[in-house]
Amino acid sequence: MSDNTIATDNPLNANQESALAAIVGAMIPASEEYAVPSAADPTIFADILTLVKRHPEPVVEGLAALDDIAESRHGGPFSALGDEDKAAAIATFSQSGSQHLRAIVSMTAQCYYRDDRVMASLGMEPRPPFPKGFEVEQGDLSLLDPVRARGRIWREA
Amino acid sequence: MAEQPVDVLIIGAGASGAAVAWSLADTRMHIVCLEQGDWMNPAEYPSSGRDWESRAFGDMAISPNRRGRPTDYPVNDSNSPIAVANFNAVGGSTILYAGHFPRFHPSDFRVASLDGVGDDWPLDYETLEPFYAEDDRMTGVSGLSGDPAYPAKQSVLPPVPLGKSGDTLARGFNDLGWHWWPSDTAVATAAHDGRDQCINLGACTSGCAQGAKASTDITYWPHAMRAGVEVRTRCRVREIAVNDDGMASGVWYYDADGEERFQAAEVVVMACNGVGTPRILLNSTSEQFPDGLANSSGLVGKNLMFHPYASIQGIFEEELDGFRGPGVCIWSKEFYETDESRGFVRGFTYEINRGRGPVATAMTGMMSGRIPWGAEHHRAYRDLFCRITGMVAICEDLPEEHNRVTLDPELTDIHGIPAPKIDYALSENSRRMLDFAVERASEVLRAAGATDIISEAPIAVGGWHLMGTARMGKDPARSVVNEWGRSHDVKNLFIVDGSIFVTSAGVNPTRTIQALALYIADQIKKRLANLFD
Repeated sequence: MSDNTIATDNPLNANQESALAAIVGAMIPASEEYAVPSAADPTIFADILTLVKRHPEPVVEGLAALDDIAESRHGGPFSALGDEDKAAAIATFSQSGSQHLRAIVSMTAQCYYRDDRVMASLGMEPRPPFPKGFEVEQGDLSLLDPVRARGRIWREA
Repeated sequence: MAEQPVDVLIIGAGASGAAVAWSLADTRMHIVCLEQGDWMNPAEYPSSGRDWESRAFGDMAISPNRRGRPTDYPVNDSNSPIAVANFNAVGGSTILYAGHFPRFHPSDFRVASLDGVGDDWPLDYETLEPFYAEDDRMTGVSGLSGDPAYPAKQSVLPPVPLGKSGDTLARGFNDLGWHWWPSDTAVATAAHDGRDQCINLGACTSGCAQGAKASTDITYWPHAMRAGVEVRTRCRVREIAVNDDGMASGVWYYDADGEERFQAAEVVVMACNGVGTPRILLNSTSEQFPDGLANSSGLVGKNLMFHPYASIQGIFEEELDGFRGPGVCIWSKEFYETDESRGFVRGFTYEINRGRGPVATAMTGMMSGRIPWGAEHHRAYRDLFCRITGMVAICEDLPEEHNRVTLDPELTDIHGIPAPKIDYALSENSRRMLDFAVERASEVLRAAGATDIISEAPIAVGGWHLMGTARMGKDPARSVVNEWGRSHDVKNLFIVDGSIFVTSAGVNPTRTIQALALYIADQIKKRLANLFD
């Protein structure tokens, strides 16, 4: 370890965090129509970073892949690109279908869709399932009438 | 360090270990169960937290490799299109199972005679029926009597609600004139034996915080322990030892502190599932048993059966149950029995799995390209949220010796015990069955009103059912245990888990595993005077 490195449990440096925020913000932007924040919203992004700390490898690899795209298509690291080139690099990255992309999508979805504002927008109470639970309609058991009328289908052995 | 000898030593506290322990407790013998996992605390299950879906990707994941709990062992399943799923705890994989609780059908015990494939079982449905009924009472099976796909059987509790999803798909089945029925489930729909009723948490496969789902830590084990059975957790068995007479003398294991211990026993009962049991048997080599214990047939670890699964989900315009309610709902046995015009033998069950939560909806939509990145994300998401329902097809997997569990030459658990290595290939029969199942399910989903279909076959992470690797039979050359679960080779060694399945049927195995464990316990009790003859 070099002398000027500060020990931290954050697996991402500032440029990587910024790149990840750009990815998740492009993935799920804010919407006035649905009254929901972006996935790069500070509260949601902090939740994403907490999850990344538990499983950093695919995210770090994904961000390296994004840098590779930036270098090969736009002539520099992602952090050095202008907004238009960043958006283009992210669009290319989003089409890669790679395992690390899948991991980033998964972590983003896990954190975004448990945010109070997002759950409220979906008509959900912002709470865990337990202990209140949910109501489910009993359904219509008279639908079984034709099944009963058909009779036995099990095979004698 | 050696322990005082016990009469019966059970390895594994899951579905089968719990049932056999409870039944044998009648005998007042000194019974100890070694379990490598912990007691679970239902208050800490994911549905108690806002991250309930997220934890299914982490500490409550179905894959031991992903989960990586200290109580797990790794599995090398890189040479299999289906990954092993399990859980290590008191309760075993019943902690995470959905609670689908079908019985085998009478024909499932006679596949060689009826269809010319696999082998017949050395027992039949009628033999197991009283033990199914006993297990039903202990489990608190919910269902609706009168299913024409089965011989008469009584349900203990009312069926789970059909909900909007069940109603919708039932109409689709009716349109096609196909069988369906409310599923038999291990989810209590009314208070039963100290457990409260289901409140539709929707997170059954991450553990039931309500205690409505019948995991064996809250069904059999409290009764067994009150009757005197001792459970020791965090005890990881390495191998079974034998004496000069070729009888099991006990087991070597590592305790919670990592200390190596020897537990002597008069009888050893293996209950570690279709991967864990052959792993320990193959690791129990000696001069007398150089190829592993109970392996004179060479069949320990062979004939691994998973149940290839297909997932077929429909997208509907109207709102359905979504994240609410247990995953269990209704089933269809329309394609259960052999019809060779379909291009395969044997068959499958459709199990309707209701809906999915907000995170799973996003994952499904984004991974399948139905929810784009960017401004359109929100509208596309809402087109799917609470609008997905469908089914899985659980296909009968036929025994093939090349599908097997061996010991990995390099990978080990934290104590250096070799990890299991899985070699498994999907058969042509299974492939055809999966394709057929996807096609027919798509028909029923469209008949029910689905506007779009999403399918996956086989489900890559779906190795929930581990069967066949120490099969039962009357011929010692063609089986590992006899028709009442005793090793042909080692007369005080019993196996009671899914390893002993001869064929897999096209249904979830837990109810049959437990019925078999109760049957074997009953046989042991009836033969105590000459158990080793």
